[in-house]
Amino acid sequence: MIGGLFIYNHKGEVLISRVYRDDIGRNAVDAFRVNVIHARQQVRSPVTNIARTSFFHVKRSNIWLAAVTKQNVNAAMVFEFLYKMCDVMTAYFGKISEENIKNNFVLIYELLDEILDFGYPQNSETGALKTFITQQGIKGQHQTKEEQSQITSQVTGQIGWRREGIKYRRNELFLDVLESVNLLMSPQGQVLSAHVSGRVVMKSYLSGMPECKFGMNDKIVIDKQGKGGTTEDTGKSSGKQSIAIDDCTFHQCVRLSKFDSERSISFIPPDGEYELMRYRTTKDIILPFRVIPLVREVGRTKLEVKVVIKSNFKPSLLAQKIEVRIPTPLNTSGVQVICMKGKAKYKASENAIVWKIKRMAGMKESQISAEIELLPTNDKKKWARPPISMNFEVPFAPSGLKVRYLKVFESKLNYSDHDVIKWVRYIGRSGIYETRC
Amino acid sequence: MPAVSKGDGMRGLAVFISDIRNCKSKEAEIKRINKELANIRSKFKGDKALDGYSKKKYVCKLLFIFLLGHDIDFGHMEAVNLLSSNKYTEKQIGYLFISVLVNSNSELIRLINNAIKNDLSSRNPTFMCLALHCIANVGSREMAEAFASEIPRILVAGDTMDSVKQSAALCLLRLYKTSPDLVLMGEWTSRVVHLLNDQHMGVVTAAISLITCLSQKNPDEFKTCVSLAVSRLSRIVSSASTDLQDYTYYFVPAPWLSCKLLRLLQCYPPPEDGAVKGRLVECLETILNKAQEPPKSKKVQHSNAKNAILFEAISLIIHYDSEPNLLVRACNQLGQFLQHRETNLRYLALESMCTLASSEFSHEAVKTHIETVINALKTERDVSVRQRAADLLYAMCDRSNAKQIVAEMLSYLETADYSIREEMVLKVAILAEKYAVDYSWYVDTILNLIRIAGDYVSEEVWYRVIQIVINRDDVQGYAAKTVFEALQAPACHENMVKVGGYILGEFGNLIAGDPRSSPLVQFNLLHSKFHLCSVPTRALLLSAYIKFINLFPETKATIQEVLRCDSQIRNSDVELQQRAVEYLKLSSIASTDVLATVLEEMPPFPERESSILAKLKKKKGPGTVSVTDLEDSKREGGELNGGGERGPDTAAMASSNASTPSPSADLLGIRSAAPVGAAPASAGSLLVDVFSEAGPAAPSAAVNDDGFLRDLEQPTATCDSLLVEGSGDSDSAPPSEDPAPPLPEADELLNKFVCKNNGVLFENQLLQIGIKSEYRQNLGRMYLFYGNKTSVQFASFTTTVSYPGELQSQLNVQTKPVEPLVEGGAQIQQVLNIECLTDFSDAPLLNIKFRYGGALQNLTLKLPVTINKFFQPTEMTSHDFFQRWKQLSQPQQEAQKIFKANHGMDTEVLKAKLLGLGSALLDDVDPNPENYVCAGVIQTKGQQVGCLLRLEPNSQAQMYRLTLRCSKDSVSKRLCELLAEQF
Repeated sequence: MIGGLFIYNHKGEVLISRVYRDDIGRNAVDAFRVNVIHARQQVRSPVTNIARTSFFHVKRSNIWLAAVTKQNVNAAMVFEFLYKMCDVMTAYFGKISEENIKNNFVLIYELLDEILDFGYPQNSETGALKTFITQQGIKGQHQTKEEQSQITSQVTGQIGWRREGIKYRRNELFLDVLESVNLLMSPQGQVLSAHVSGRVVMKSYLSGMPECKFGMNDKIVIDKQGKGGTTEDTGKSSGKQSIAIDDCTFHQCVRLSKFDSERSISFIPPDGEYELMRYRTTKDIILPFRVIPLVREVGRTKLEVKVVIKSNFKPSLLAQKIEVRIPTPLNTSGVQVICMKGKAKYKASENAIVWKIKRMAGMKESQISAEIELLPTNDKKKWARPPISMNFEVPFAPSGLKVRYLKVFESKLNYSDHDVIKWVRYIGRSGIYETRC
Repeated sequence: MPAVSKGDGMRGLAVFISDIRNCKSKEAEIKRINKELANIRSKFKGDKALDGYSKKKYVCKLLFIFLLGHDIDFGHMEAVNLLSSNKYTEKQIGYLFISVLVNSNSELIRLINNAIKNDLSSRNPTFMCLALHCIANVGSREMAEAFASEIPRILVAGDTMDSVKQSAALCLLRLYKTSPDLVLMGEWTSRVVHLLNDQHMGVVTAAISLITCLSQKNPDEFKTCVSLAVSRLSRIVSSASTDLQDYTYYFVPAPWLSCKLLRLLQCYPPPEDGAVKGRLVECLETILNKAQEPPKSKKVQHSNAKNAILFEAISLIIHYDSEPNLLVRACNQLGQFLQHRETNLRYLALESMCTLASSEFSHEAVKTHIETVINALKTERDVSVRQRAADLLYAMCDRSNAKQIVAEMLSYLETADYSIREEMVLKVAILAEKYAVDYSWYVDTILNLIRIAGDYVSEEVWYRVIQIVINRDDVQGYAAKTVFEALQAPACHENMVKVGGYILGEFGNLIAGDPRSSPLVQFNLLHSKFHLCSVPTRALLLSAYIKFINLFPETKATIQEVLRCDSQIRNSDVELQQRAVEYLKLSSIASTDVLATVLEEMPPFPERESSILAKLKKKKGPGTVSVTDLEDSKREGGELNGGGERGPDTAAMASSNASTPSPSADLLGIRSAAPVGAAPASAGSLLVDVFSEAGPAAPSAAVNDDGFLRDLEQPTATCDSLLVEGSGDSDSAPPSEDPAPPLPEADELLNKFVCKNNGVLFENQLLQIGIKSEYRQNLGRMYLFYGNKTSVQFASFTTTVSYPGELQSQLNVQTKPVEPLVEGGAQIQQVLNIECLTDFSDAPLLNIKFRYGGALQNLTLKLPVTINKFFQPTEMTSHDFFQRWKQLSQPQQEAQKIFKANHGMDTEVLKAKLLGLGSALLDDVDPNPENYVCAGVIQTKGQQVGCLLRLEPNSQAQMYRLTLRCSKDSVSKRLCELLAEQF
């Protein structure tokens, strides 16, 4: 189990240090700083073993969060906890920065005491935590006994993530499908690897204890229905629209037994924002952009680069925040760029040409050409030609996932599925989207 | 160095460095550096020429980036350009970049060398210095090749500035150290030596480093420097502290130069010229006198400088070792330091005194400080100082103070650091032995030693006690009494049990008169320790028990009971089990006379160098135990213990199994493979005579150095058969060269090589023997590779080939002798030429003997030479084959065997084996394609023997029928036997 948790700033100074077990000494704090934060190598393993002690770390902007243990723990559990910890802190005081952490250190220690007990992770649901860990320290005294016992029963009860007696005048529901698409493509346009990792994030403002049911175009469900039903056209449509999900994980509120038996996703939602599910697909991915590179070496001192990008989605949709990053050789001494659309600039500090386009519609094409001057060097090594990478945001799900329904049932209060206002949004972002040149 | 003018401030560089320092993360730093690199690249690429200032600035930035750990692959050309600048700062940065970044194989080296040459020939001293510094900093062979001839000229030229001379001298030193063959002084020698007379002290200091280094390589050429150095030294020493101005350091005149002069003088013997010598002695006296003067300053630098000169002078005095007066004074001076509050000084004093103690003149003087040193050993806080104190005590020990020193070291041992305990133990053991006047004292000391630091007492130490006790009959009674008392302690170290077991087994009778130590009490005492001991010790104790039976017949019943119990006679350890069985039988069968002869008291050991001393030498490396020490020990050790390391050592050797080096020492020296009395040869042969009618010629009882050992092992075969199997055939008793009997697995090993010529013949923990062989007609050549698998060298490594039975006349094997030493991890090769005279059936024996860690290893293998090796394949048609087959139809010409398959009946494997046999494998001969048919001719010197072979496998029954027909009946029989094992 986790023996201790430390938070460092970028210099390696300790901001928060909470030790849960005796086997973690003060020197562990320094060991991590010396061996990881101040390590000379660029690439750091998220798990480091120093003197029989394991350090698991995540980095948020300039802040390092490190969990320490001497035992053989489940690394996935530790990382899950660290991510949850980040979520909780963000929910309480916004961006995780040195200043915010310093300003809220009392709160953080309080949170740490609550979500980690003797190194064992406890309830880390923000909604539940907020009922009894508040930023107004005095509130606790004003709570009545009744309220306190209610909190206790809720936190320790079966549905720890939702309290009773929530009331909204307007029952509203927001559903975001956020996907990031990862790609590695050969210069000839052959897909070497591609996958989408997606999340379904919900914001629910519903009264009472509603029972929700979520449906999407999962291939297994559609096929089952197709079999169960009689018509062939469902099968036909499913062949086109259903997607194969490789693996998925759910929020703790989802009834897994029901998912296992019927593959239906039913749950009592927490109040506020939460991540309902995470999934990954590798088949039939819609690649929103295609990058066509052309690199020509003219003698030893010149390089000509031409890159064409093509958008590959419905013309009515608009992609945003497009950025193409073309790496330049290490001995570049000057760059001239011409582009038809957007702005392009040579960034010496990153050894790359960065081309930015604000907006681009589907089924369009744009081009950039650059002349790179090189300085002859003694070094005989050839330039390794790193891949061209791309960033963008598109208003659809590249995996093809569609939300089919989200039904809300509340038997005690008298509002029905129709009274709930539902909003659905799809956002596809680029993960690591690279094309070799 | 000229001051940097304001315009050379290089603001850009300062800004860049402060930017880097302010970076919050590694990533930010890399970004900043990338940006700067791009900027510099564009500047260097730019068409318009850069001025010297910006060039310098950018080169500086590149240097800074490089020193941060990033690769720099451009800018070299610009740096080389800077070299030709006339401005000091630009030139300096250029040289800096070159010496840090340019590697020797760069193509720019020609340009650089050219620039350096120009600077060297310029008249500007700063430029010359810069060039010299660059040469020295790079210091590569290429630099030496280019400039080694140029620099001595600069060094001795009359018009060279002093500062340049200093740089030149040090530069030359550096080149000399990297490539001494290129720096040839020759004609310059005398002029370089005369630099010692230079007016400028800096030049002298630089030159003396060079001269010291050169004169260490060829002392004769630089002999003249001695008198110059002496006069220089006397001028410095006698000068007042104010005379030398710049070269006075905290009131000490030129301390560095003085130290270097004294060190230079240590390269040479004392000067022969009386005047020079007188002057030198005077100098040394002055230095010693000055040490007595009150310090001129309280500063630590003052005393450090003064002491540095003093210690260097003392080492010179020790080096000369010819001035009793000075030696004694030095010793007294060091004596004062022994109580100084500065730890470093105490350490140095102890260290120097160690060397002083070995000089005959100052030995007595050193001895006067014994109390202080003992005190240091007890109270010093630093372990390294304590270690030095212990060294000094060891060095100053002689007959007069041995008792005191040994007692002190013993008492210190109880609290000593673990790191130095083992060494201390060895030292105590050596001193106790070396200066023992009274042997009871010696025995007491060593037993004490074992009691206090049993874990650190090595085998050698207790072997040595036993050797001495056995060789001196006046101490035996006392020793028995003492060990008996020591064993009564509730917790005894195992080494103590070993000594006790050995000594009581030998001399228990001497104290048996006392009712408190009656035989039964002795036995019970020993046996109470038995179960707490390791196997080798138990083995030793068992031997002690059988000796008890001999010494005290009244204990016989008790001991036999012990031997008979299951834990002995069925012990899982082979060695223990065998001993128990054999001793039990021996005690019940043999008459008392026989017992008394077999278990006679150990004879005295011959003289030998103390094994402990050898161990200490090995531990400390050569040089630390001085020669006088050695001679002493030989002289004194020899006269007083007429005993060498024969006893337990040899017993251990004899007892260690031929193949496993288990160091089980043993009273009787019984080998697990072949037990034999370790009593001298006469006893051994007697044993043979008594038990065996078919005894071989009694082994000669010659007692020469290692003949003893061989004698010990000689009657192996007979005794083996006697004691283990009752009476056996003693025909196979090996000849007098006496190798061990072949290993039981030798036959199996032999079979492995019937169908193949190369491979690993034998392997155990110590040794691996590989084999490679080729045969043509009746001749063969075999390469044997002996690999030492341990890290210890094998000594007296010998191999011999012998021919059992009639083989002598059948086979001729010529061997070349191997080197007697096989280093740890090394492999040696031996070539054997083999000639087949006539057909044969036995295999020659290869006997290997060597010493591993003192224990003799004896190993006998069968050489994989079988008759089939001399096959010549013969191709023939089916018709021919069957014709010949019918010709060889006499019953004795045919050998047939039907046997079960030992291995799978895979066709390919079978074919490979038959091909490996050496004969031709004939296809389409036998009507049944399942069968294999081979034909070949065995070539011997006398005749050729034709052989035909049929192998009929029956895969259902997993059986083979093998039929051989040869023109000579013995051949078919032998081949049939050999082949039957293969399939």
